[in-house]
Amino acid sequence: MEIGEKTVRNIAELAQLTFDESHLATMQSSMGDILNLVEQMQEVDTDGVEPMSNPLDATQRLREDVVSEPDQREVFQRLAPETLEGLYLVPRVIE
Amino acid sequence: MTYAETVAGQISDLAAGKYSSEELTRHYLQRIEALKTLNCYITVTSESALAAARRADSARAAGHSLPLLGVPIAHKDIFCTRNELTTAGSRMLYNFAPPYDAMVVDKLEKAGAVMLGKTNMDEFAMGSSNENSFYGPVRNPWDVTRVPGGSSGGSAAAVAAGLCAAATGTDTGGSIRQPAALCGITGLKPTYGRVSRWGMIAFASSLDQAGPMTQTAMDAALMLGIMAGVDPRDSTSIDSPVPDYVSSLETPVSGMTIGICEDFMAEGLDTASEVRIADAIRVFESLGATIKPIRLPHVRYSVPAYYVIAPAEASANLSRYDGVRFGYRCKDPASLEDLYKRSRSEGIGPEVQRRIMVGAFTLSAGFYDAYYRKAQQVRRLISNDFKSAFDQVDFLVGPTSPQPAFRLGEKSDDQVSMYLQDIYTIGASLAGLPALSMPVGLAAGLPVGLQLIGRHLDEARLLGAAHQFQSRTHWHEARPELEIS
Amino acid sequence: MMSDWEVVIGLEIHAQLNTRSKIFSGASTRFGAEPNSQACAIDLGFPGVLPAVNQAVYPKAVAFGLGIGASISHVSAFDRKNYFYPDLPKGYQITQMDRPIVVGGSVEIPLEDGTSREIRITRAHLEEDAGKSLHEDFHGSSGIDLNRAGTPLLEIVSEPDLRSASEAVAYARYIHQLIRYLDVSDGEMAEGSMRCDANVSLRRVGSSELGTRTETKNVNSFRFLERAIDHEISRQRGILESGGVIRQETRLYDPDRDETRPMRSKETAMDYRYFPEPDLLPVEIDDAFIEAVRNSMPELPREKAARFEAQYSIAAADARTLSTDPLLADYFESVAALCGDPAMSVNWVRVELLARLRRDGIEVPALPVSPEQLGALLKRIKDQTISGKVAKDILDALWRGETASVDDYIKIHSLTQVSDASSLEPLVDRIIAGNPKQAEQYRAGKTKLLGFFVGQVMKESGGKANPQQVNEIVRSRLG
Repeated sequence: MEIGEKTVRNIAELAQLTFDESHLATMQSSMGDILNLVEQMQEVDTDGVEPMSNPLDATQRLREDVVSEPDQREVFQRLAPETLEGLYLVPRVIE
Repeated sequence: MTYAETVAGQISDLAAGKYSSEELTRHYLQRIEALKTLNCYITVTSESALAAARRADSARAAGHSLPLLGVPIAHKDIFCTRNELTTAGSRMLYNFAPPYDAMVVDKLEKAGAVMLGKTNMDEFAMGSSNENSFYGPVRNPWDVTRVPGGSSGGSAAAVAAGLCAAATGTDTGGSIRQPAALCGITGLKPTYGRVSRWGMIAFASSLDQAGPMTQTAMDAALMLGIMAGVDPRDSTSIDSPVPDYVSSLETPVSGMTIGICEDFMAEGLDTASEVRIADAIRVFESLGATIKPIRLPHVRYSVPAYYVIAPAEASANLSRYDGVRFGYRCKDPASLEDLYKRSRSEGIGPEVQRRIMVGAFTLSAGFYDAYYRKAQQVRRLISNDFKSAFDQVDFLVGPTSPQPAFRLGEKSDDQVSMYLQDIYTIGASLAGLPALSMPVGLAAGLPVGLQLIGRHLDEARLLGAAHQFQSRTHWHEARPELEIS
Repeated sequence: MMSDWEVVIGLEIHAQLNTRSKIFSGASTRFGAEPNSQACAIDLGFPGVLPAVNQAVYPKAVAFGLGIGASISHVSAFDRKNYFYPDLPKGYQITQMDRPIVVGGSVEIPLEDGTSREIRITRAHLEEDAGKSLHEDFHGSSGIDLNRAGTPLLEIVSEPDLRSASEAVAYARYIHQLIRYLDVSDGEMAEGSMRCDANVSLRRVGSSELGTRTETKNVNSFRFLERAIDHEISRQRGILESGGVIRQETRLYDPDRDETRPMRSKETAMDYRYFPEPDLLPVEIDDAFIEAVRNSMPELPREKAARFEAQYSIAAADARTLSTDPLLADYFESVAALCGDPAMSVNWVRVELLARLRRDGIEVPALPVSPEQLGALLKRIKDQTISGKVAKDILDALWRGETASVDDYIKIHSLTQVSDASSLEPLVDRIIAGNPKQAEQYRAGKTKLLGFFVGQVMKESGGKANPQQVNEIVRSRLG
């Protein structure tokens, strides 16, 4: 399957990745290779086959509605690149 | 002092007072240091290991007993370890020491095990050679110019090189079994959901499963008995009692029907490996099993289906690595977009980026039905193939990988050929079935692995069959010759 | 010309469910905590953690579904919706795309002209709320507070059945009332417990095709909703009438400027790449569960209003007003039972109480006068111990907390109504004598002056005279 450069750029946008020109070309060709491999499954007749999103034939267990998590902000924020007054900081967001 | 090489041996030696846990731990720490060039460990937790060993020795002296009291083990660096570096083989997590333990880590610690360190792996468990680690490739102890397999290559090589008797691994499409095969050890991927995924860094959530990597089936049974069980924090963990895997090891193979998956013995399998596989099958026959050829008509579509499903799930699972709350952040981001894009592009390696891209593509508007939905349908057909096979046979056997360990760099430019390394292992992953790899001989001095695939939750039978095989043969005792520096 | 265009509006209402813990974690949902003090590893999207579903969201979602006559999915499932934003820590939101918990249903909304209209509801699904980005200047940065991340939401999606901003508001008010009635949500709009996204488009009258719509996001008051929609309608009409085309986009309402503007962060076309959430399995609920929820549901506003009308013989409009708030309805019923006069209770609750609530800007739960106190007060009017005028003064005293007991207050301030003729007759006579001109006019047939005399007597008695009694005496003295 051929995958266009524009598509690769668009997908990179969705995935929030950035490539310089040479890497973009490499990515484009290797994505094409992988999609060619994947393409083989198109020959399987899957009419009426229920998709299988999980190997477990089970249903969800539910949790009691209790507050079990204490405030661990200091513990978590020690791992953060940048915080101020308990907030995580990111470059200014313009809505 | 000679130390037992297996978990079972160490348990009895420690109980008999032949040596202390501290001595055993020191022995491993020295050996890890001496064989540093294999690059099996990303982090060696020497101080806390010795402290834990001393605690285990005092506990024993005080009359306490625990199943793995004082036994040193290693964890794949994908399992979160409280206040210890947990990198998942990625630059993205170069500084990440989580404030919590994975359930697997917690359970093994509570069973008395001593953690020696965290083993090397392909970044975010994506790879079949361990060359995709930000912390450098692992070398195969059988031939240091060759790969150990992946993604649990550090764990496999560590067990093979005697840098721990047992290690944890994770398997999404073959990441326990393939390196186990390439390093000549026993590796078990349990049924999807048998072991809790809590605290295990996610690659593909509907496929990821933790399991033991050991020298023997006996040790795997000892480890799995502790690792397995339902966990309220993992909704996909199975609520079913954990059997006594050790006691069922003695169940004879005679009277069982073993399926040979013909689709696995087809083109692509290395000839020398094929011979070893055939020899192993004859051993099972001599143990009284009946051999029956089996067809799994859709299993040849495993790799294509897997390379849609796994990247799709990964593309979402890896979105949390954005440089905001933990891990790597790019220097001086100019904007939010710049922060996201550069942190991710600099923090995540090329193979992982490739899979994120493929995953995002197959889920994107207009392609979902042709790729993602189709792959989930193919997955159902593959699962159904296994179900019908298990109406006829007790378990399946075949090769674990198409050939023994290949050379470092040999396939790194051809990802499709790399992906095909997992051609025999992915089927059981998609179907969520338990599967084990064990060594069944050498081909040109390199280990060959045999894969056993079992019914849903039938780990006991696989471990039993492997143990019966290992009681009759000595391949699991073969050790690489290593030059100690 | 306005009449050339038909307005088509659909609302997406996000209601926070009033559970103790979050939908996928054990962190607290309490409002107003220190930033990030209620965000655990799951809410923060840390590596290796997994969601675990809170059972409390199901009875609430099911009650809502039953309240709108929807069908409840026996099997519902979660999906991932993928996009990057700092308030979305995992880079995906866990929501229900393919298999929502509530499908279909409708509500009957009251219109200003006294009629009502059916608004269809497409679906209501469970999902997790996002955190908050704070854009005040932190040295050129935005601050992220993830306390809200993971708070359970029910997203209620209407069909595009609404035809004006005021209908949209009536619908939103109805949903607001319903979720509070059913204890699905506390509905505190100021705290963001209920937020509306409005999809607005215009089309030529008579056309059956929908026009291009815009989505105005995150409006959290009824007043802003009305203004945001009206603004968007006139903006779109302006464009269409000058021959332009509407761009499909997401807009943000700015209440300070009373305008909507496109959201910059959503400029690029979004491709959310939904797929089934692999960390969670389908949720099954059976008929027994649904029936148990049905049996524990309180009376719905519609049902309550109908019962009030029949049981208390009160006007439909009064019954509807009293039913808007379950607490107010309970209050009314207590007062009516205590004083034994539903008609009088309606009047006092609807007029006197609500006027004072509005005046002081407080809500029903904060009412300073208990139903017991108001009931006791009305009983004293009924047994003619006090007049209505005095009663209003006593209500004010109760309201201000000057007294707790109606009877004590009456006694202390000797407010007991004077009803015996022997005390009232001399008073009436004195008033008549003091106003000979009016007395003459009355006798000449200007009987309207009765009120004048009664008023004078009441004033003279300090409001304590029984007005009926005074009425009769005046009439007989002048007759």
